[in-house]
Amino acid sequence: MKSWKKALRLLLSIAFWVLVWEAAAFGVGNSLLFPTPRIVLRTLWELMKTPLFWKVTGLSLWNVLSGILWALLIGILLAVLTYRVGLLRDLILPMMTVIKATPVASFIVLLLIWIGSAKVPTIITLLIVLPVIWTNLDEGLRRQNPQLREVAAVYRMPAWRRVRLLTLPSVKPYFVSACRTSLGLAWKAGIAAEIIARPRNSIGTMIGDAKNYLNTEEMFAWTLTVILLSLLFEFGFVAILRRLDRRPAEQEDAPC
Amino acid sequence: MLKLNNLCFSYTPGKPVLQNLCLELADGELLAVMGPSGCGKSTLLNLIAGLLKPTSGTLESDSRRTSYVFQEPRLFPWLTVEQNLRAVLPHKTDAADSAAANAASIADALALVELPDAGRLYPSELSGGMKTRISLARAVVYGGDLMLLDEPFAALNEELRADLLRRLKTRLKEKGTSAILVTHQREDAEAFADRIFRLPPATAAPAGSSAP
Repeated sequence: MKSWKKALRLLLSIAFWVLVWEAAAFGVGNSLLFPTPRIVLRTLWELMKTPLFWKVTGLSLWNVLSGILWALLIGILLAVLTYRVGLLRDLILPMMTVIKATPVASFIVLLLIWIGSAKVPTIITLLIVLPVIWTNLDEGLRRQNPQLREVAAVYRMPAWRRVRLLTLPSVKPYFVSACRTSLGLAWKAGIAAEIIARPRNSIGTMIGDAKNYLNTEEMFAWTLTVILLSLLFEFGFVAILRRLDRRPAEQEDAPC
Repeated sequence: MLKLNNLCFSYTPGKPVLQNLCLELADGELLAVMGPSGCGKSTLLNLIAGLLKPTSGTLESDSRRTSYVFQEPRLFPWLTVEQNLRAVLPHKTDAADSAAANAASIADALALVELPDAGRLYPSELSGGMKTRISLARAVVYGGDLMLLDEPFAALNEELRADLLRRLKTRLKEKGTSAILVTHQREDAEAFADRIFRLPPATAAPAGSSAP
């Protein structure tokens, strides 16, 4: 499908859901409970005029981004290590399973007791993203085509060339899939952690305050900010991948 | 020179695929290996290539570089044909000289398999037969002193197969490269090899060889 047609369909789809929102708000008839899109956009516009909005957004962005970056760093290192040492995978697997199964709220409460509120959103983001990154990369590394590995062995490819020509292209679909899943999860978990832990100057704290004062318009406006940031992240990530990947899309090998 | 002394191999204990196999390959000699399906022809090549370790016996080889044309083309799907060939070239420090020499040897190998314009194509854009020829070009580009060929031309038509074998034989003789061709086609073995080695079924007695 042509790109302008795609964009038009996306715009129409967004317009449809905004209309549904408008209709629902009209149906409820109480902006204190369910504000209309216009009220929310106006509130967001007013918030954006204040320096506090940018400070709060910047700090939340940093909380989530640093959590993702730490998760990527640790996840990649762990995946390489567990790929090389099978025993280490057996050791790591139960820990990752426990992290995945533990409710986020339990982690948040425990971290609040142990380290206070400031670093909780970053660590929660890390804990949510890490198992996704590690599991996917570990799978990708283990599913490298054995026949191509034999080719690399017979033709005595140097280690760096094997990594560049075999390992990285094999793992890439798994990495992309992990990152796409993680980006959405990271924002959900990070903001949830901020709402409960209430670190100073964060979007989560602002949402919590808005809830306490029954300021629904502001709550919607901050939530809209998070949605826009999350989308911006995903679009940025896809744009970076497109720049890195010059080969045609049909050459891509999807994870099996 | 390649020498196999009482070579044994089994994938599962008690079920030998190769038993007390003795075989010698002189420098520059072209050998065809024939035998019934499942008698261990591919296993033999994998042992020589170092992809498998013998259960017992010894394998002595002077070969420093062995190229291998597998039954399947085994091309890297995310690399173009040229990149696939470049991937097996040795790394050299003199960048300018090396780049020119590499480009020349890639062009030469593609010309040998009659696909001089395929360099920019991806494997997904090639037919099965073309992939096989690129796999052969990769082995030619790599060079080396021993080439292993595991029924690589089974998917090609008779005329093209005969032509490729003739060209390859000429090239190997020019370079003094030894080769072992596993094949089911007697006419291929006779056209290509200096000697034919018959591998018996897995449970039978040790094998012998004959001139074509």
